[in-house]
Amino acid sequence: MDFSWLSDPFYQGYLWEGFVNTLWLLLVSAVGGLLLAVGVALARLRGPRPLAWLTWAFTTVMRGTPLLVQLFFFYYGVGRLLEGVPGIRETFLWPLLRDPFFFAALTFILSVGAYSGEVIRGAMQSVPRGELEAGRAFGLSSFQVLVRLWLPRAIQLCLPTLTGEMILLLKSVPLVSTIALMDLLQAANIIRDETFLVYEPLLLIAGIYLATTVVLTLGLRLVELNFPGMRPTRRRWLPISSTG
Amino acid sequence: MKFPMMIAATVTALGLGHIAQAAEPLKVGISGEPYPPFTYKAASGDWTGFEVELAHAICAAMERECEIAPTGWSGIIPSLNAGRIDMIMNSMSITEKRQRVIDFTRPYYFTPGAYVAASDRELDIPDGLDGLVMGVQGATTNATYARRELRDSGVEIRLYDQAEQVNNDLLSGRLDVILADEIAMAQFLERDEAGAFEIKATAPRHEAYGEGIGIGLRQEDDALEAALNEAIATVIEEGTCASLSEQYLGTDVCVYD
Amino acid sequence: MASMTSEGLVDWAGPILSGALTTVQIAVLAYAIGLLLGLLGAGAKLSPWAPLRGLATAYSTLIRAVPELLLIILLYYAGAQALDALLARLGMAGAVQITGFATAVGVLAFVQGAYMTEVFRGAILAIPRGQLEAADAFGFSRWTRFHRFVLPGMLPNALPGMSNLWLILIKDTALISVIGFNELFFTIQQAAASSRAYFLFYSAAGVIYLLMTLSSTALFARLERHVRRGQPTEV
Repeated sequence: MDFSWLSDPFYQGYLWEGFVNTLWLLLVSAVGGLLLAVGVALARLRGPRPLAWLTWAFTTVMRGTPLLVQLFFFYYGVGRLLEGVPGIRETFLWPLLRDPFFFAALTFILSVGAYSGEVIRGAMQSVPRGELEAGRAFGLSSFQVLVRLWLPRAIQLCLPTLTGEMILLLKSVPLVSTIALMDLLQAANIIRDETFLVYEPLLLIAGIYLATTVVLTLGLRLVELNFPGMRPTRRRWLPISSTG
Repeated sequence: MKFPMMIAATVTALGLGHIAQAAEPLKVGISGEPYPPFTYKAASGDWTGFEVELAHAICAAMERECEIAPTGWSGIIPSLNAGRIDMIMNSMSITEKRQRVIDFTRPYYFTPGAYVAASDRELDIPDGLDGLVMGVQGATTNATYARRELRDSGVEIRLYDQAEQVNNDLLSGRLDVILADEIAMAQFLERDEAGAFEIKATAPRHEAYGEGIGIGLRQEDDALEAALNEAIATVIEEGTCASLSEQYLGTDVCVYD
Repeated sequence: MASMTSEGLVDWAGPILSGALTTVQIAVLAYAIGLLLGLLGAGAKLSPWAPLRGLATAYSTLIRAVPELLLIILLYYAGAQALDALLARLGMAGAVQITGFATAVGVLAFVQGAYMTEVFRGAILAIPRGQLEAADAFGFSRWTRFHRFVLPGMLPNALPGMSNLWLILIKDTALISVIGFNELFFTIQQAAASSRAYFLFYSAAGVIYLLMTLSSTALFARLERHVRRGQPTEV
């Protein structure tokens, strides 16, 4: 196994750039996607009929087509269409439309929004209605019930599934190498092109992904354990002691 | 029990039909991704283009049967060494780096790399590249040249898997300039949609570019190499190469010695 | 001078449909083989022999932790080379040419097997122990026990997972286009590049995949209803 190229700063630069891009993409897509997911879940549960139907169509299409096709659709398909719009080069949108990172993030946010939206919707439906009604009985507004009761309870129910979605998101990142974004796979491809080594560069980034997955899983597990309500607390809210 | 057996039989039949193949005809490896006008696929499903037709001519001169075998470009050398294809004939430059892993026949054509950008853009290579976005196809000598020589020029290099994707992004304005094979670019500029673009300069001879385009072979296939060299010489001397070149490329790029 | 003309959806319909057929063929074969691998893997993971358990755990954990695209690229070359080396060792070098199709199927099946292992393992563990103990009490042979008790008992638990994996597999076939294999998405890319109608062809690709996944979902729903017949329903 020849890993001599690892000591070359020329290749190290590309690997580092790829790694940083991967992490940024993961962060932006996760945050944006989860926010969108809440919106999607709400639209399907409480939205007006046309919006609910539209959202259902959105999640069905996003979950029923390959991510790679979606990436190409947005970057090469929609991107090309938009660039034909006269005057678009002068707007502030232009730097974004030129950037593969923007399209990668957009596609991932929509994808996470669809998959996680379904997960959160299912969880929200499983929250006992009595709890929500109790919230209203206490005088909380609809918004407060949503933010302080419904959503947190729903997330408690589906947090393991959501963390699973985050891991799946990480594993989808190499696809962006096909739309000219410098990620770890593109860095590995550069090394493969120039050194003609077939396995070593790929094994290295497989190892990097393995390590990142482990770190991410552990981190998310910490989040799972410390999310309010996931672990029974030892604090007593009522003046009742266990010894009677 | 019958139903599962039927399923198993169908699945096996579907599978076996595809697995075994005899090893007789020579497999000419080309890139599965189109590279007009050298290799591309018409809607009829047949591969055509300068190099495909030249391959047929060379095989006829060698009196061997040849089969066009499209393969992913970025894995074409490993595919050759693994025996999936017998030769690579897709505008692959003869470079010292590649010669460490495969052999080449004598060169059959040569073209330099060319920079293409919008006609109304003033472009001074390499100083004017600062701050611009340049697109290039990965796994090509142009990509290697760009990475090595243009690092200090301040240009942002974007790598694409397919040549057509690079062209597409130039046309849509995402890229300011692209670096690609001169002949492919001459062809590209003939398209209606490329009317506002032109070749700005050609890249100088650099070790990244090598001595010309040759057919890639496994290092142990000496007999095949000798046969191919003879066939290439024949095809060039007879003028078949020149006429195909004029037909597909508009100019004669064959290497005469 | 030969040049590429703009061709439309109708002209490319033939190759696209043929690509779709290839995709379905690959998916069906990979799924079937992956299923077998999954059963073997689950059996290995639940076996009393530690080395076998360790091997199966390593297989399913590693494969599931690495991105599919990376695995596909790695296994495509590694698999081909390993197989050629194996054939050379057996003295049959060059006798059988493994086609790209077989490698694509093999790679996808290998990856599917890892995920299937987990699905089956969970499903087998969820069978009420009493049913299996009853099988042993009646003195059924190991094969009959597996065939008449474990398999039917596991199937209702495994089906949701299996249907999910099938959908993922259909979508993963598009990844093979990155290594240049000619299936549906690769053909779509060629059509889009050749005709310059990118939006049109990528939308068409979406529609075709959507049809495949929607019909698969409907089929699996019927299958699940059939398999769950006779099971106690919730009142």
